Amino acid sequence: MKWLNIILGAAVAGILAFFAVKEIIHDPVYFLELFLGGLTRGSIYALIAVGYTMVYGIIELINFAHGEIYMIGGYTALIVASVLGLWGYNEVVIVILAFVFAIAYSCAYGFTVEKIAYKPLRNAPRLSALISAIGMSLFLQNYVMLAQTPEYLPFPELIPQFEFWEPWAHIITAPEMMIILTTVIVTALLGMLIKFTKMGKSMRASSQDKIMSALVGINVNKVISTTFVVGSATAAIGGVLIACHVGQINFFVGFLAGIKAFVAAVLGGIGSIPGAVLGSLVLGWTESFFTGYFWSEYEDVCAFTFLVVILIFRPSGILGRKETKKV
Amino acid sequence: MLKLKNIHSYYGNIHALKGIDIIVNKGEIVSLIGANGAGKSTTLMTICGIVPAKQGSVEFEDQDITSLAPDKIVALGLSQVPEGRRIFPFLTVAENLDMGAFLRDDKDGIAKDLDYVYGLFPILAERKNQTGGTLSGGEQQMLAISRALMARPNVLLLDEPSLGLAPIIVKQIFDIIKKINKENGTTIFIVEQNANLALKAANRGYVMENGAITMTDTGTNLLADEGIKKAYLGI
Repeated sequence: MKWLNIILGAAVAGILAFFAVKEIIHDPVYFLELFLGGLTRGSIYALIAVGYTMVYGIIELINFAHGEIYMIGGYTALIVASVLGLWGYNEVVIVILAFVFAIAYSCAYGFTVEKIAYKPLRNAPRLSALISAIGMSLFLQNYVMLAQTPEYLPFPELIPQFEFWEPWAHIITAPEMMIILTTVIVTALLGMLIKFTKMGKSMRASSQDKIMSALVGINVNKVISTTFVVGSATAAIGGVLIACHVGQINFFVGFLAGIKAFVAAVLGGIGSIPGAVLGSLVLGWTESFFTGYFWSEYEDVCAFTFLVVILIFRPSGILGRKETKKV
Repeated sequence: MLKLKNIHSYYGNIHALKGIDIIVNKGEIVSLIGANGAGKSTTLMTICGIVPAKQGSVEFEDQDITSLAPDKIVALGLSQVPEGRRIFPFLTVAENLDMGAFLRDDKDGIAKDLDYVYGLFPILAERKNQTGGTLSGGEQQMLAISRALMARPNVLLLDEPSLGLAPIIVKQIFDIIKKINKENGTTIFIVEQNANLALKAANRGYVMENGAITMTDTGTNLLADEGIKKAYLGI
């Protein structure tokens, strides 16, 4: 069985490599475009996926409302940008304030959702919390639909097409560049937060053993709240960036993006932050190359087929850790 | 120093503690012995606030801590070495010890205590960059005790420190426990199934059966008691 898997894997990898090399020789610029397109897409997934994975790491809950937090971030930026635009503010000020408000709003929602929908179910069976998460997701979608509009709204170009970037803009646009750059910075900051700060240490400890964490003096409830807030902040950044990139927003965008980021988190190994980033990039590239070389209309089919394949062959994901326990 | 008055606790739906009274005085080593499922671990979890008491009160240094959150109780100077050791498996030995000192900011004091525990268990110093999950059972027990000491507790609670360990390691660990008590004056409350060891080390002992205290006396007297000999020592 093991040998069969290895041979199968090698065969698939070989075929893929063959096609890749053939296409690179045939049309290198197109390949590069798809590669960078995938990187951009993967970066956005990564910003959402880290939130999923952090929350899962700490309370073993798939926070289905996470996609909605991302959507709310996008909407907040839209509202702030429109209002400030009407008042005639400077572009840079608008971008900064849009991000600040989007992050603040999403964090407030993330914090509240945890308090209302998950905290009372902390000791309930896991299925109850999961159902509560799905309920929260549907509630937030419909709430935004009622409060705003069910139509697609145009999203302003917050990030300008810089002039100095003009010569390369046909390969990668300035907003795409910003998305990639922001992801690098945000994930690096997040990594440092978790590795070096006291809060990061208590997050790592709580994800491994909550009772013991309480016994060394960690306020576990505070750690869980902080995790939701941090995850919401990165999702909000992702929400604003993607809305700029796509140019429109709708109450439903959080659902699909959320599910895809979830696929990415599972692919990388849910609970692992480097895994979430890696999984997101792999998913971004897979979608980009698949739509670029095969059928562009089957993008979502590709992503979810990928999920099924991972769950069958490697349920713990690329960097997922196996549970080890000593008695 | 530590007083439990008429404690009733539930473990899920099970009425695990049915009105127990325990007193631990300053500087003492007190043992609580009993069979599997008697409620010994629940007693410790109730003291630490993880399983709050439904009735009765826990007093620590004349302060009522019955309904305090676990992290507030640790801050008062009460540390537990829990059953099964509960080492953070993906943190290194050094990080595990660092977590023990989570509530402290006195850098010099922490460094001093770190030297102290490395002196007690030199093997931990050798393995300080290894993750907790890769240690042997005995090393994990040493790490668990050291981690609790890093909080510089006034009272140290130990839950089955001998569980699953080789006799020679058990002896070493009990020697260290006595040493900690003697050198630092740390008050120690041990929960054990190994009655012989626990009563020999202790000034006083409590015997627990089905969630109630059935007997209490000095360690030596309990060891000499015919009923105890029969039930727990197999003599």
